[in-house]
Amino acid sequence: MLNEKNIFGFPLPRIDGPLKTTGTAPYAAEYHDPGMLFGHAFYATIASGRIVSIDTAKAEAYPGVVKVYTHKNRPDTASSDDAWKDEVAVPGHPLRPLENDRILYDGQPIALVIAESFEAARDAADLIQVAYEADEPHTNIEVEKAKSYVPPEARKEAFLPTDPRGDAEGAYEAAPFKIDAEYVQEGEHHNPMELFGTTVIRGEDGYLTVHDKTQGSQNSHDYVCGIFKLKPETVRVVNAYVGGAFGSGLRPKHQLFFAVMASLDLKRSVRVEMSRREMFYLTWRPATVQRMQVAADAEGRLMSVRHHAVQATSLYEDYQENVVNWSGLAYKCDNVKLSYELAKTTLSTPGDMRAPGAATGFLALESAIDELAYKVGMDPLEFRVKNFVTYDQNDDLKLTSKALDACYREGAKRFGWSKRSQEPGSMRDGHDLVGWGTATGVWEATLSPAEAKVRLFPDGKITVMAAASDIGTGTYTILAQIAAQNLGQTADRVSVLIGDSTMPKTAVEGGSWTAASSGSAVQAGCLEVKKTLLSLAQKMENSPLAGAEVEDLAIRDNRLVLDKNDQMGLAIADILGSNGMSSVEGHGKIAPDEEQAKEWVSYTHSAIFVEVKIDAELGVPRVTKIVSAIAAGKIINPKTARSQILGGVVMGLGMAMQEEGMIDHRTGRIMNHNLAEYHIPAHADVQDIEVIFVEEEDDKASPIGVKGLGEIGIVGVGAAVANAIFHATGTRHRHFPITIDKIMEGLPAR
Amino acid sequence: MDITTADRQPKNRVALTINGDRHDLEIHPWVTLLDLLRGPMQLSGTKKGCDHGQCGACTVLIDGERMNSCLKFAVTLDGAEITTIEGLGRPENMHPMQKAFVEHDAYQCGYCTPGQICSAVGLLKEGKAGTREEIREMMSGNLCRCGAYVNIADAIEDVMGQEARCGIREAAE
Repeated sequence: MLNEKNIFGFPLPRIDGPLKTTGTAPYAAEYHDPGMLFGHAFYATIASGRIVSIDTAKAEAYPGVVKVYTHKNRPDTASSDDAWKDEVAVPGHPLRPLENDRILYDGQPIALVIAESFEAARDAADLIQVAYEADEPHTNIEVEKAKSYVPPEARKEAFLPTDPRGDAEGAYEAAPFKIDAEYVQEGEHHNPMELFGTTVIRGEDGYLTVHDKTQGSQNSHDYVCGIFKLKPETVRVVNAYVGGAFGSGLRPKHQLFFAVMASLDLKRSVRVEMSRREMFYLTWRPATVQRMQVAADAEGRLMSVRHHAVQATSLYEDYQENVVNWSGLAYKCDNVKLSYELAKTTLSTPGDMRAPGAATGFLALESAIDELAYKVGMDPLEFRVKNFVTYDQNDDLKLTSKALDACYREGAKRFGWSKRSQEPGSMRDGHDLVGWGTATGVWEATLSPAEAKVRLFPDGKITVMAAASDIGTGTYTILAQIAAQNLGQTADRVSVLIGDSTMPKTAVEGGSWTAASSGSAVQAGCLEVKKTLLSLAQKMENSPLAGAEVEDLAIRDNRLVLDKNDQMGLAIADILGSNGMSSVEGHGKIAPDEEQAKEWVSYTHSAIFVEVKIDAELGVPRVTKIVSAIAAGKIINPKTARSQILGGVVMGLGMAMQEEGMIDHRTGRIMNHNLAEYHIPAHADVQDIEVIFVEEEDDKASPIGVKGLGEIGIVGVGAAVANAIFHATGTRHRHFPITIDKIMEGLPAR
Repeated sequence: MDITTADRQPKNRVALTINGDRHDLEIHPWVTLLDLLRGPMQLSGTKKGCDHGQCGACTVLIDGERMNSCLKFAVTLDGAEITTIEGLGRPENMHPMQKAFVEHDAYQCGYCTPGQICSAVGLLKEGKAGTREEIREMMSGNLCRCGAYVNIADAIEDVMGQEARCGIREAAE
């Protein structure tokens, strides 16, 4: 039975579920306004060079077309890079659509057609004619890495490779067992199902309501105000429902710029929606080459770890990830050397994609660890357990919690790992080769500054307000649960108003920090509500709560009472009524504890177990069983939490075996810019996945004990699959994705 | 035909029954059912994910059969009965498949969801899928980037079980 006592931990179905399953929840490109105009972008068909001429006459003459914008007639915008840098910008010069004649990557938007109908804009765009002067493209990471460099400006201090410790070279040379291998990962594209779209509704007074597909309404708001020099109070950005993003919606996209530009210029409401093809010409997970040199002694102790990564970036920005630092903290090792470099390519700037850096780094680390375990002759799980570390060796910090050992234990038991035979190719199921692989995952558990307002009404209804986003993560639902739990109500009494830049300040939705941050802000807001109620109650005559402290209080049956003696208390309606109030509001604010950070650090952990079955003749791989055991602190809603992990695992399967942006390196152009040729997991690719949340108490990671779940599900999955394929076939695959053709070549001779 | 004069081409008359209501429309021949629904009809529950028949987000039921509405020109559907996600059920009165999706958390961002649900309803009507494996195979035209596949299969199996039980009861009666 659901009551206010057990809302935490209750698998409440999403409160936005009935809207989403009936098509009632509106996404960014689904707002209407009579007389609205429609935009369609036109993009470059060379990878590098300049526009010699661009002829828009035919497009302009097309019936229904209102205006065609190119670099020649684009309205003025802010001139400094600072104005163009959004909250998640990286070092460099952010792209300014239609800035000049330069082409920096294939698919760069170089014109925008605005018309009275979507069809007219789309069809007219086909009539634009461009002459280019093309330069040589540079798109192959395996070639461009020869010119790699240490980024002159770090994106974040924490992304810099940790200082070397011990003597990684010496220990490597002296160790009896070693692996020196290179791992290549092709670029990936986020491809959320919703296309990037922006609808600008222009009010008669010029006020702009901007419905944008973004992971941060306030980020889009501030970006638009900065580049168009608008007064903040004249623009509101809404992202009430977001059809997936996975990091691609962190930074503003060109359709936002286009829609606002055209709306301001033409003084009309405007919608600009991308095509699926355009979704391949922006934010992507960069292609990466990693070299791992790891060594162990005869007992399986890790003696040396060296990890060097080179990632692709664009000509105009130095996008960076934390790829290598995980290798200094995942296992106990006293001799470590980590390094990270970038290589310029004529591609768009990469961006964060689910577990940026970690998903990539663990692909190499957890493959190499598996290879090393085999060199030593140890069970790969036993090898990992043997090198368990209880603190963050990179920065010599204590961990607020780490129940990874329970993940190993419970995950292995559920999977049946003890029945595994070590020898590759030794397990069979009829015609299929069977392989079992494992891997570890780690992601940082962080807080970002967040605010929330909580309003309580006399009848027990609650309104929660924050500029937080729900990108499919379950934010609506868990914020309702947190407010209900703290104010002694059921979750159906709570209205959650998020996805709106006019709401209390919240960072972009990313990095797995939203539940911990906005959740803690809501809890803080609830505490403020209780404090205000208490002070009001204590002003009343003969108050039964005189002398009570806020910690002693609870709310039951719409009464503010002493937790230990709920006969003592007052009806909330009476407290408010006697003070002439119709509701009470609390403003919660939280920020990371900088003092605590000097001593403690928080991570989520996982252990993944994968079974693959591979057709012994054709190499067709099927992932037939997965167990993902997760240690992530308190789980507020096991239903939505499980879904987050399922989603991470599924995207990890894509990373391991399917996803690959294919580039014709002769022309520098993306070849498979559609969902028929860029393969993501489909129903038939995904069999049963079991998720285990192990018990983990943590009173430091965040005020509500939550660590976050958005990223950890994907970390390690790719390596676990690769390790399972090795176990099935005896062949190590170090070039991801491991597609069927590669598996076929590596099948054992018959 | 010169493409620049295309928009001056006459519109075609077409009668469509959408979610039970008959609409007499005049539309250009190049307007897809998807764009008609999402635009003039303001039925944006039907989603655009690729516009190329590759993702299934735009799946609707045309005369009871599941179809990618982005691959159908509206003018070719004269006389057809079209059911969109809005026609299956409303938040206060959900179709059993919609309820099962909520119960099993068979979605996350919700964008592919209307297409998944319409496809699942069409699938059960086809009566071809008997096992979980077959559900997976025959739902593979509907992509979900959030990776809710396990829960979607659960939801469909649940409704399939409900229908089977009803069928047995009806037969007994």
